[in-house]
Amino acid sequence: MLVNNFLLLGAVLFCIGVYGVIARKNAVMVLMSIELILNSVNLNFIAFSALHGNIDGNTMALFIIGVAAAEVGVGLAMVLLIYRNRKSISLDELSEMKG
Amino acid sequence: MSAVILAADDIQVAQNIGFGIIAAVMVVGALKVVTSKNVVHAALALVLVLSGAAAQYILLGAEFVGVSQVMVYVGAVMVLFLFGVMLTRAKLGKETDLDQPKAWVGIPVALLMLGVLGWVLIDGFGDERLPADASPKAVVEISDSILGPSLVPFLALTFVLVAAVIGGIVLARKD
Repeated sequence: MLVNNFLLLGAVLFCIGVYGVIARKNAVMVLMSIELILNSVNLNFIAFSALHGNIDGNTMALFIIGVAAAEVGVGLAMVLLIYRNRKSISLDELSEMKG
Repeated sequence: MSAVILAADDIQVAQNIGFGIIAAVMVVGALKVVTSKNVVHAALALVLVLSGAAAQYILLGAEFVGVSQVMVYVGAVMVLFLFGVMLTRAKLGKETDLDQPKAWVGIPVALLMLGVLGWVLIDGFGDERLPADASPKAVVEISDSILGPSLVPFLALTFVLVAAVIGGIVLARKD
């Protein structure tokens, strides 16, 4: 197998995730797009780990999985808090900090 | 991309076909995640992408990461997402205001980034092959790496997880 197969798949998923972060207005959908981005990075780590026969890529992928789980937990707690206070999770309406 | 796949099919035909099928499912699922008008459908498409990623990890010989992916992402994170959808949106079905008014701005950004990334990858790695005799990594190697050279990042990750648990409880608590 070519290593580029996996790297290009990771690039495609990354770009789709970036489009989702830019285009979506619902906060939960933005978090889902961030998950896409993190998974594409993980795919690259595992591909390089297999290419070089080095175990560090697997270790880093496990760390990323752990950090992503923490990020989703805190992110969804914040979304729930915003929804409880404002009855909306549209990112357009959160503009109090705009200068 | 199909040309890249075809260029490699003189060896390991089965692996390449498997990769192609899983990759197609993942790309279609990812497009569904970012374009679907239904939040629950987007979450289910995300399950497809995450499971496909786990399958790719197993194809690359990283079984432990693949199993962890299934348990953490497909198991825990998706339940969190579905709870988030349930608690923030009472109504099910199609929604009209999921996208920004100027969502099309994302398309040229994503295409430009894909072009640059694809050019760099094809230029840099060309037809470099993965080692054909790659045996699955033993779990003991991963644990030696985590508890040896990567011990400090591992301890930092444990603090991050504790902070996330406490922060999640504090943020979501009603008082």
